[in-house]
Amino acid sequence: MSKRVIIEPVTRVEGHGRVSLLLDENNKITQARFHVVEFRGFERFIQGRPYWEMPVIVQRLCGICPVSHHLAAAKAMDQIVGVDKLTPTAEKMRRLMHYGQMFQSHALHFFHLCSPDLLFGFDADPKIRNIIGVAAKYPELAVQGVMMRKYGQEIIKATAGKKIHGTGAIPGGINKNLSITERDVFLKDIKQMFDWSRSALNIAKDYTVKNLEKLKPFASFDSNHLSLVRSDGAMDLYHGNLRAITADGKKIFDQVDYTNYLDYISEEVKSWSYMKFPFIKSLGPQNGWYRVGPLARINTCDFIDTPEAEAARKEFMAVTNGKPNNITMAYHWARMIEILHSIEKINELLNDPDLQGTDLVVKGERRNEGVGLLEAPRGTLFHHYKINDNDQIVMANLIVSTTNNNEPFNRAIQKVVADHIDGVPEITEGLLNHIEVAIRAYDPCLSCATHAMGKMPLKVTLFDYQGNEIASKTKE
Amino acid sequence: MTVKPEKILLIGFGNPARADDGLGPALAEAIEAKNISGVTVDADYQLTIEDSAQVAEHNIVIFADASINGAEPFSFETIEAKEYDSFSSHSVEPAQVLALAENLFNSKAAGYILGIRGYEFDDFGSLISEKAKANLEKAVDFVEKLLKTKNFNKPQKTIACL
Repeated sequence: MSKRVIIEPVTRVEGHGRVSLLLDENNKITQARFHVVEFRGFERFIQGRPYWEMPVIVQRLCGICPVSHHLAAAKAMDQIVGVDKLTPTAEKMRRLMHYGQMFQSHALHFFHLCSPDLLFGFDADPKIRNIIGVAAKYPELAVQGVMMRKYGQEIIKATAGKKIHGTGAIPGGINKNLSITERDVFLKDIKQMFDWSRSALNIAKDYTVKNLEKLKPFASFDSNHLSLVRSDGAMDLYHGNLRAITADGKKIFDQVDYTNYLDYISEEVKSWSYMKFPFIKSLGPQNGWYRVGPLARINTCDFIDTPEAEAARKEFMAVTNGKPNNITMAYHWARMIEILHSIEKINELLNDPDLQGTDLVVKGERRNEGVGLLEAPRGTLFHHYKINDNDQIVMANLIVSTTNNNEPFNRAIQKVVADHIDGVPEITEGLLNHIEVAIRAYDPCLSCATHAMGKMPLKVTLFDYQGNEIASKTKE
Repeated sequence: MTVKPEKILLIGFGNPARADDGLGPALAEAIEAKNISGVTVDADYQLTIEDSAQVAEHNIVIFADASINGAEPFSFETIEAKEYDSFSSHSVEPAQVLALAENLFNSKAAGYILGIRGYEFDDFGSLISEKAKANLEKAVDFVEKLLKTKNFNKPQKTIACL
């Protein structure tokens, strides 16, 4: 006889998720499934809309990383309007927007979602293992998190025009530059942002190194890794070519023009989830799944082109003797290397006079298809559109970062349950904590749902193999 | 509690692409257009942690959200800072924002929540339903008068059902 344990939703991740665990008659884990219960349906929703609306309308996909969708769609629309190269001002303004997004998103995740786990331990009382607990014991860290997030958000506002439905990136370019006044506001605080970024990196690094033996097996498994890299192999979060490597670092493909992604990546549909399962075609669905995001990006790139982040990357890679790091909890360390890289890039851009340029848009010959990829905070983000002769969207395919990590979520959960919880038939706080910590390492974003007053409990339900509810636990 | 409403913040939040969930931002847009002195208006998909820094710069904050099952046409009541043990950056509750503002920035801001009753939350689309629109209009009138008179002492713990 099997029992099905369902946990919904997972707290402290972006959006709603549900985890079901299938146990056999001996209460051994036989299957872990990370369900996405929302139906986004955005690809259908935007069909028939004019292409130039896309950079604005796709921001409605997500309230947490709308900028990533804004820019990925704008990159696809550049191709639709026949533009392969932006003006320096347009490209650098978009990059500034993107690094601002990366900075604020990573700060939010690290300080307010993940730091309670690292500072208090996975099994600490949930009453203190949260941001209020951090605020009480480490008030300076909690304030840093808020102020770093605010700094990134202000960069977004200055480059995208506004917080909701920014309009900065348009097909073929950008609609504003950065004034000297705006620039100086950001430069005034940049030293503080550097200091806090270095400090956050040290917290993540020290925690990982100190607890390495415990973290190595936790939710960990070998996997392929995928990201964009620059033509010289450098990390590039805004633009590049696709590279995929195996768990031990062998290249599966490299410098693939991302407009040809369909020749290399496919998606499997499973009946139990609205979220598809992408895989590398040449390896097939069984072996071709991969990880994206900070860990994958550090693993796939040859170097980082900013000095402090590059020094940090070398330290990170030394832990695994230069081989790819497959430790799930190392995502946090990798994320903080990227936060330092982002502030280095922001500093570089703020000191570049091209941001005050006035040549903002390029025009080209209209095409019927466009693909835009970038490295969003949570991983590689794919936007692909086709339009008809009336300028209407007739096909849209979006592979969001969290979808790329779909199979790894399931692997991580199954590993946690098998290693730590197996044989325990009831839903314990410990089970919940460990699964949450594993999922949170990936910083998943499950897309925005209606969140109006009256929703968002944590409900834990235990079902038997026939679907009968035998236990339930709710956490408000 | 008597609060001198020198600096007032209105935050409308919700997802405008999910029909009536956009009531909060719609109210913020309508109030912003009225350009009322001493009032800062903001809008976002959801409340996030950095809102606590902005709250701390004000004496009074009104959080405007869509309500799934609240009073018609809207409710308006005071809220107190409240600490929760499960935080999500996806949807920080108004009481949590107040708690963060208090804990991190020593804020003394008084909080109010305006819940505008909506009906359609499962559809994609930026159109607010007709019934919710009528509620929105009444809420806008109410908030406009409140912000102009700055009389925040009466409606504590009250539900306004006009």
